[in-house]
Amino acid sequence: MASAHAIPSLDEEFEFTADSKRRLMIGIGAGVALVAIGAYLLASGVGSHETHVAVHDAGAGAHEGGGHHAYKWTNRLWANVWLNAVYFAGASVIGMFFISYNYLAQAGWSSAFKRIPEALPAFLPFTGIAILAVFFIAGHDLFHWLNPALFDPSSAEFDPIINGKKGFLNMPFYLTRIVLYFALWYMMWRVIRNYSLQEDLEGGTEYYDKSIKLGTAFLLVFGVTSSTSAWDFVMSIDTHWFSTMFGWYTLASWHVTGLAIITLAVVSLKEKGYLKIVNDSHLHDLGKFMFAFSIFWTYVWFAQFMLIYYANLPEETIYYRERFSGYGGIYKAPFFINLFLNFVCPFLILMTRDAKRTYIILKLAAWCIIIGHYFDFYVNIMPGTVGEHGGFGPIEFGMILIFACGFIWSVSSQLTKANLIPKNHPMLVETLHHDI
Amino acid sequence: MSDVNGNGKFLVGIFDDDDVVLSAVKEVKGAGVRIQEVYSPFPIHGLDVALGHPRSRLGIAAFLFGLSGTLTALALTYYTEGFDWPMIVGGKDSYSPVIYVPIIFELTVLFCALGMVGTFLISNGMGPTVKPLMYDLRTTDNKFAMAIDLSKNSIGEGDIEQILRKSGAAEVNIKQF
Repeated sequence: MASAHAIPSLDEEFEFTADSKRRLMIGIGAGVALVAIGAYLLASGVGSHETHVAVHDAGAGAHEGGGHHAYKWTNRLWANVWLNAVYFAGASVIGMFFISYNYLAQAGWSSAFKRIPEALPAFLPFTGIAILAVFFIAGHDLFHWLNPALFDPSSAEFDPIINGKKGFLNMPFYLTRIVLYFALWYMMWRVIRNYSLQEDLEGGTEYYDKSIKLGTAFLLVFGVTSSTSAWDFVMSIDTHWFSTMFGWYTLASWHVTGLAIITLAVVSLKEKGYLKIVNDSHLHDLGKFMFAFSIFWTYVWFAQFMLIYYANLPEETIYYRERFSGYGGIYKAPFFINLFLNFVCPFLILMTRDAKRTYIILKLAAWCIIIGHYFDFYVNIMPGTVGEHGGFGPIEFGMILIFACGFIWSVSSQLTKANLIPKNHPMLVETLHHDI
Repeated sequence: MSDVNGNGKFLVGIFDDDDVVLSAVKEVKGAGVRIQEVYSPFPIHGLDVALGHPRSRLGIAAFLFGLSGTLTALALTYYTEGFDWPMIVGGKDSYSPVIYVPIIFELTVLFCALGMVGTFLISNGMGPTVKPLMYDLRTTDNKFAMAIDLSKNSIGEGDIEQILRKSGAAEVNIKQF
């Protein structure tokens, strides 16, 4: 309360320094080099799990084994692009999700740092292009259902279960959906972003009212597309298996990742001297957000796991069996790292009030969540695409570097395009005096 | 919170505005008067900081109540399913903690919630048969009251009344319990 009446300047221009650009370029360069080294190693057979094939679990090996195309080392490269593209597409679109529900709730407190979630979706086109590219180049190697013989009753590979999903999992509809997701998400974001920039120039409540309507429309769109995109991007890889929790589960994963990225960006900008109007109460609320949605993710994770565990139906339990003991057990460590980083860490780190107000602890929790949810998607995507050929090598680390540096670049250049504080936001007075 | 059980003579300053009562708290404290408690129809941001109340220990109580629920649930499920009458359901071990997580979770929440309701009633001196002590009934409507325990202040009654009026009190009443 002491500082509430001394309001700092609202004019803040974010500077994307040449030094940061240089470091990001080095990061991308290092990523490309690592991917190249990894690709060379895989192509020449070093460090592959080819020799361990005999070890892998018999049950998991039989699953979808019959109709699979022969494994090529490039599968792991494309699976990595797919994994990172899905992860960062989610992290980007959550920026739009965050501002939309804050508009719908007419929340005032979040307007202080609203430019940060607003900058995230700028990366969407890149992830969209990556996803389409992988689908065209390597879709047949990554997606079992793209094998036309599965739908042909006269074929030896005919699969009545997958044939039953033909109405949803077919090439034209799938491609339409993918294009539609990115087009809708990106266009709606562009419009709401333009409203926000216009509001900075003209003031008034006209753009605020329009943003509420558009944000509400986006939430309706995202309510459907978040689930269907989760099925398309992730669940369709394990074609036989399905879970009715999966849409929620992926949304929960994306959402808490996005919140962690927003928190990390706010804290980092504050440390650089920006966002002076953001006070301890804003950070406390962001910390609560991360804490709550880490638990929400755990709740959905556990709900899906426990129902499958309890019901004990072989066609459902195979999903966890593959990850727990299949493929020579190589997914067991990521499976538990996932739970540890995404539940245990944030739960214990962020529990107290003081922790949510301390920069270093917030950063620690945010990093746990950001890294943890990479493992979440890793555990969901890799067993179905590369199976026993998975692992952590230069190719994984390189691909993360490329995407992460690209994402930071995209967000930073978006931040330079507007004043860091939405000067004419109607709720600005409320956020300036935010006190909990 | 000792006032709820306390008896004695109190000076009660009545204020019309939340901003005034907030600045009055600082002024009255600045003049060396010990404030017992401030009553308001709604929460006032920054009031707890201005009053200088120590951090609430409710979190610790909630944790302990929750923990007692967790332990009860573990004991209950283990005694019934693992020890007293083991049954095999769905091909699992007769005692598989995974399937009892919902029970453990729910009992943790239940014990915590009931414990906190009890804590609330006890610490506020409320209950079915207890007659609540009100410094001024209007604090449930539109007035703000600042209670000062005269027995805990060395400054004289008249001086305190002066300080209260100067800081913006619309009335100053005497309340005897």
